[in-house]
Amino acid sequence: MKIHEYQAKEILRRYGVATPRGIPCFSVEEAVAAAKKLGGNVWVIKAQIHAGGRGKGGGVKLVKSLDEVKKQVGAILEMRLVTHQTGPEGRIVKRLLIEEGADIKSELYVGMVVDRGSQRVALMASSEGGTEIEEVAAKSPEKIHKVFINPDTGLTDTEAKDIAGKIGVPAAAMQEAKVFLQGLYKAFIETDAALAEINPLILTRDQRVLALDAKINFDSNALFRHPDIQALRDLDEEDEAEIEASKHDLNYISLDGNIACLVNGAGLAMATMDIIKLYGGAPANFLDVGGGATTEKVTEAFKIMLKNPKVKAILVNIFGGIMKCDVIAQGVVAAAKQTSLPVPLIVRLEGTNVDLGKKILADSGLPIISANNMADAAEKAVKAVRR
Amino acid sequence: MSILINKNTKVITQGITGKTGMFHTQNCVNYAFGRQAFVAGVTPKKGGQNFAGIPIFNTVAEAKKDTAATCSVIYVPPPFAAAAIDEAVEAGIEFIVCITEGIPVLDMVRSKHKMKGKKTLLLGPNCPGVITPDEIKIGIMPGHIHKKGPVGVVSRSGTLTYEAVGQLMELGLGQSTCVGIGGDPVNGLKHIDVIKMFNDDPKTEAVIMVGEIGGSDEEECARWVKGNMKKPVVGFIAGVTAPPGKRMGHAGAIISGGKGTAAEKLAVMEECGIKVTKNPSEMGKLLKSVLR
Repeated sequence: MKIHEYQAKEILRRYGVATPRGIPCFSVEEAVAAAKKLGGNVWVIKAQIHAGGRGKGGGVKLVKSLDEVKKQVGAILEMRLVTHQTGPEGRIVKRLLIEEGADIKSELYVGMVVDRGSQRVALMASSEGGTEIEEVAAKSPEKIHKVFINPDTGLTDTEAKDIAGKIGVPAAAMQEAKVFLQGLYKAFIETDAALAEINPLILTRDQRVLALDAKINFDSNALFRHPDIQALRDLDEEDEAEIEASKHDLNYISLDGNIACLVNGAGLAMATMDIIKLYGGAPANFLDVGGGATTEKVTEAFKIMLKNPKVKAILVNIFGGIMKCDVIAQGVVAAAKQTSLPVPLIVRLEGTNVDLGKKILADSGLPIISANNMADAAEKAVKAVRR
Repeated sequence: MSILINKNTKVITQGITGKTGMFHTQNCVNYAFGRQAFVAGVTPKKGGQNFAGIPIFNTVAEAKKDTAATCSVIYVPPPFAAAAIDEAVEAGIEFIVCITEGIPVLDMVRSKHKMKGKKTLLLGPNCPGVITPDEIKIGIMPGHIHKKGPVGVVSRSGTLTYEAVGQLMELGLGQSTCVGIGGDPVNGLKHIDVIKMFNDDPKTEAVIMVGEIGGSDEEECARWVKGNMKKPVVGFIAGVTAPPGKRMGHAGAIISGGKGTAAEKLAVMEECGIKVTKNPSEMGKLLKSVLR
């Protein structure tokens, strides 16, 4: 699960990670009041959307008067912000963060992820902050320093100071950097984060260490023990179909093609997308109905898939194991009837009770195109959308 | 022969009284030599009861002491599953199969850390389990689609494994053992660990490895295969069409920072002498073409 920058900074401050002072706002009036409250004469206005690259897209502005605050907030709120992470359709800006200006001496990078290789939390840091860290990793990997943190000890004083030194933190700011990094690790562990990124982490001329930006993603498997973090979810930032699917415990992701697919199991669902592409088509979605699909679940899945106006055919690919093919077939027939099936439906069933399942489909009187295997199903689906 | 498990393996079911635990334990007992294999169950506070004639104990340690079981399978719900793994490790269980899906990843980081220096092997979590056809199945796969034979199968995904098995069966090819290693980023046995076992198993003549986008386990395995594997290996990677940054169902199936793409994995596998296909309906055919 993703949250906004201002929410991430609020969490980090609770763990002793220093950030510039800032106030989230939803309107021009709130922004002006916030600027007055923060004081000073330089502020930064930052659009709050769940995507990076906001500065380049025009969503971050430095302002030096209350008039400018008014003008720029007016321009950013409700703007369609397009960045390399939003896709061409961009996102409408509904919230922003106004912060005091910072006196930046240098920009560094700090990130934390669960590392698959070492099976530990990895702290990554670089002196090259403010840029695309992937680019730094590709061009000059020697500039990225890593610590794989022992879960028993946490990030030790020595490790924290050592990595801070490597990325150019001067002795005068070392204590602050240590508190910062250890706070970040504690926040990561206690909130069950999956990724935390401070880019840039800045050193100021008066030797302070601050998180100028902050991004935290959380492990969705652990949200059950963090109701406070669940409350930070912003549905405006999520795909409508994906929200609807999650209500019915369906694993759905929107894609750009026109062949909708309904599959049991994540691996088989990906393989189904792949084979559609291999036969010259394009999948409209990833959809894993899981192991315990019921008639209701299949019907909801059909409704969600058919809401997408681009969909020109539906491909159902089921390898029945625990889930029996006859149960799925009944679900498909019921869903097809309820949705009056405006597009061709191709069904491939295999596994437990497959003959019974195929008979149910054949006896339904519905124009269902039956397929013998995955390849046959993909070929028929591609043919159906080309008609 | 087979790998990991055979008809003489003795198994404890952790979480035997839950809905999932009961359902799958019954299916496993009904499969081949399952009746003699599933010797105990564990559910705290339900010691002394029984399920389908299988005695239930309060702890893994008690169950192990009473039955001499060496293996455990876990159906415990996600909030408590990592603790169930820890308990089995502490009790000296040799091989743990964790079926549970949705365990917080940091719980797994801690459990894996506790396993360092112990001889216990872990399969999963978030996996279908393991089956040695016509002998024993430990997990949730449909037993009846399998039969004994010369092909080893190792995969990160459940239904895609069944798909591979289904294709083998159409060509009349049985399996030595099928291992589902699961879709989580922090887990137990990896492709490379299982491939090494297949290499040493006299009854396995060739191996299908099925991978997914995300991580670099398939690449690591492929590099080992290049220098060491005595048997032919074929492979498929799911997720060629998956867009970066979107999690495809499994917690581990995500392309991040341009790493872990299917194209990259397939290229490394080919370089290392593994025959690969981009067509998931041709896994069986490809395997048959390399059988000696």
